Amino acid sequence: MTGPGAQLLQQVINGLAVGAVYALIALGYTMVYGIIELINFAHGEIYMMGAYAGIIILSALLALGAPLGWALIMAFLASMLLTGLYGVATERLAYRPLRGASRLAPLISALGMSIFFQQYVLLSQGARDKIFPVELSSGGFAAAGVKVSYIQAAILLVATILMAGLTAFVQRTRMGRAMRASAQDPCMASLSGVPVNSVIAMTFFIGSALAAVAGFMIAMYYGKVNYLVGYIAGLKAFVAAVLGGIGNIPGAMVGGLVLGVVESLAAGYIGGEYKDVVAFGILIAVLIARPEGLMGTRLPEKV
Amino acid sequence: MQVHPFILLPSYFILGLLKAHSLLSNRSEGTKTMSMMGRLAAFAKDNRFAAPASALFFGLLALPFMGLARASILALAVLIFRLAAIFGRVPQGLRLPHGLGRAKTFFANLPPAATSSAPLLLVALLAGMAFILDPYTLDVATTACIYALLALGLNIVVGMAGLLVLGFAAFYGVGAYAYAILNTHYGLGFWTCLPIGGGLAALFGLLLGLPTLRLRGDYLAIVTLGFGEITRITLNNWDSLTNGPNGILGVAPPSLFGFSFDHPRHYFLLALALVSISVFVLNRLDKSRIGRAWVAMREDETAAEAMGVPTLRLKLLAFSLAAFWGGVAGVFFAGKQLFVSPESFNFLESVMVLCMVVLGGMGSVPGAVLGAVLLSFLPEVLRGVEEYRLLAFGLAMVLMMRYRPSGIWPEAHRVLESREAPRG
Repeated sequence: MTGPGAQLLQQVINGLAVGAVYALIALGYTMVYGIIELINFAHGEIYMMGAYAGIIILSALLALGAPLGWALIMAFLASMLLTGLYGVATERLAYRPLRGASRLAPLISALGMSIFFQQYVLLSQGARDKIFPVELSSGGFAAAGVKVSYIQAAILLVATILMAGLTAFVQRTRMGRAMRASAQDPCMASLSGVPVNSVIAMTFFIGSALAAVAGFMIAMYYGKVNYLVGYIAGLKAFVAAVLGGIGNIPGAMVGGLVLGVVESLAAGYIGGEYKDVVAFGILIAVLIARPEGLMGTRLPEKV
Repeated sequence: MQVHPFILLPSYFILGLLKAHSLLSNRSEGTKTMSMMGRLAAFAKDNRFAAPASALFFGLLALPFMGLARASILALAVLIFRLAAIFGRVPQGLRLPHGLGRAKTFFANLPPAATSSAPLLLVALLAGMAFILDPYTLDVATTACIYALLALGLNIVVGMAGLLVLGFAAFYGVGAYAYAILNTHYGLGFWTCLPIGGGLAALFGLLLGLPTLRLRGDYLAIVTLGFGEITRITLNNWDSLTNGPNGILGVAPPSLFGFSFDHPRHYFLLALALVSISVFVLNRLDKSRIGRAWVAMREDETAAEAMGVPTLRLKLLAFSLAAFWGGVAGVFFAGKQLFVSPESFNFLESVMVLCMVVLGGMGSVPGAVLGAVLLSFLPEVLRGVEEYRLLAFGLAMVLMMRYRPSGIWPEAHRVLESREAPRG
């Protein structure tokens, strides 16, 4: 019983799973942009490195004889930590010295970092696909011709928990308040005693750690990663961030999910090869028709 | 134990930086020279653990990717670098070595007749070289000329007008495919297609520019990147027109009054002519009213608009002119390779050209040519370590922005600006 309705629903569910991953990456873009108004081109590469780090650590733990469940959880957390630190190091080395330089300088520096990371992983890990070391169960829940695999369910669950956690962090904690203050006006925030540099470092850490989660889960989902995946995933996530309204945290979540679903529908009904064209088409359309995004509010340009 | 170049390269790099530190940091300026013991004491007081901590930090970061042996070597290198940095001031910006500076003043003080004929002499010299050099070197030099054309084009929009474009390879591709398709389907010749390819690319530039130019710099960068991808994907999938990923074979070489171009020397001379004409035209453009308006817009768009500079029109002009040069380079590329396929026009190509512009000095016409020539010949020099080329490019872009954002051959305006600005 695979009627057109069930097929549509299946596409939507596949799209939501991929969209949740886009949303996690998009959060990193949007949080960084919210505070220092920089498009962190290297963020896609950070996501790719998160996936690699997860696989490498997981393989090492399994080789040491750790039980599968523990190894998965430990690798998950360790790759978040490591990738978060990569984000912090990137900010410290490539972006912080350029604060106050012309607009183009940090963008070009970010592009350089992105190429550097891609080549760094290529040279140290090789050009071949990195295979996820364990075969995870391919089973799932099925009802009325629609199937949700366990991994898809796990992705949606973890993404929901992390997004709820992030929202609580930003809204409720002292650090979250400092982040919101720095996003509104970094100069004023620092005058009132907010340690803006630490806030920026923290933003990079959280954004990169979320990207690592996305990378780890996509590696689980497809069973492999490649050093090139960061480029296109980073672009898609950026589209998601713009779609939701860049600088806006709930916007990034909604934008990621919407983009995932639209892309999945386009792949199912138009054809897979034009999937990326659809994503960029959305980007250009949003930027022209509604630059503040779905959830953003239009601000007058600062002079 | 054989030392892997992956370890050697970063260590050479760090050693080079160290050398640059001690050579270029201007010690006599301002600060009193502290005694060695004084420096050590100050270091111990301020950041006792900073050097070992950062060594450990980078070592741990690299550990999962590079393995224990390489990661510890990296950590050691960082440690040495940090410790050595105590004894030299961190440079605020790399200055040209004295010899080069003196050469510059020498050229600046020459009589005007000599400076105006110098470029002609250089072109004549290069043209003469075409009859001495071997075909392989000439082929590389021709590629360098193609990149020079691309860099000159990208320099108009990125350097002069200050708009970051990341999909420049799309215009290159449009030009190349225009010639390939018009030639194989309709039998049009190279010289007819040169303006058509350029014009078509300019039209694409205009089409891309019209809806997007109201966007701020970083959005524009992403949209142009998306445009570049869309172009490549379309070339890849529009089988009936572009023959898809297989590309188009059997493009005719250029010919002039019955003389057919078939030797690398002919191609080099033609490319040299194209580059020379472009340099001449763009130099004039840079010094014209339009060029000055672009600089004003780049430095402060709001102020420029307030002074009556028609920014929207100037941006469109920059876009279409840049695209025109990209298209011309594409036509020449198709005429030289006699084959085009979508893979020649990917994102990496756009990044390469951008890297050339940045390295040479954004906004500087001779800088763009210099950057293109340097980066085209670099892989030939670095035969053994070629796979590290892109790694070095990425690093170079970051370091250039940090230590010498004006490039190797800075543009005259920027030199003046940095002189006027207070040194901090």
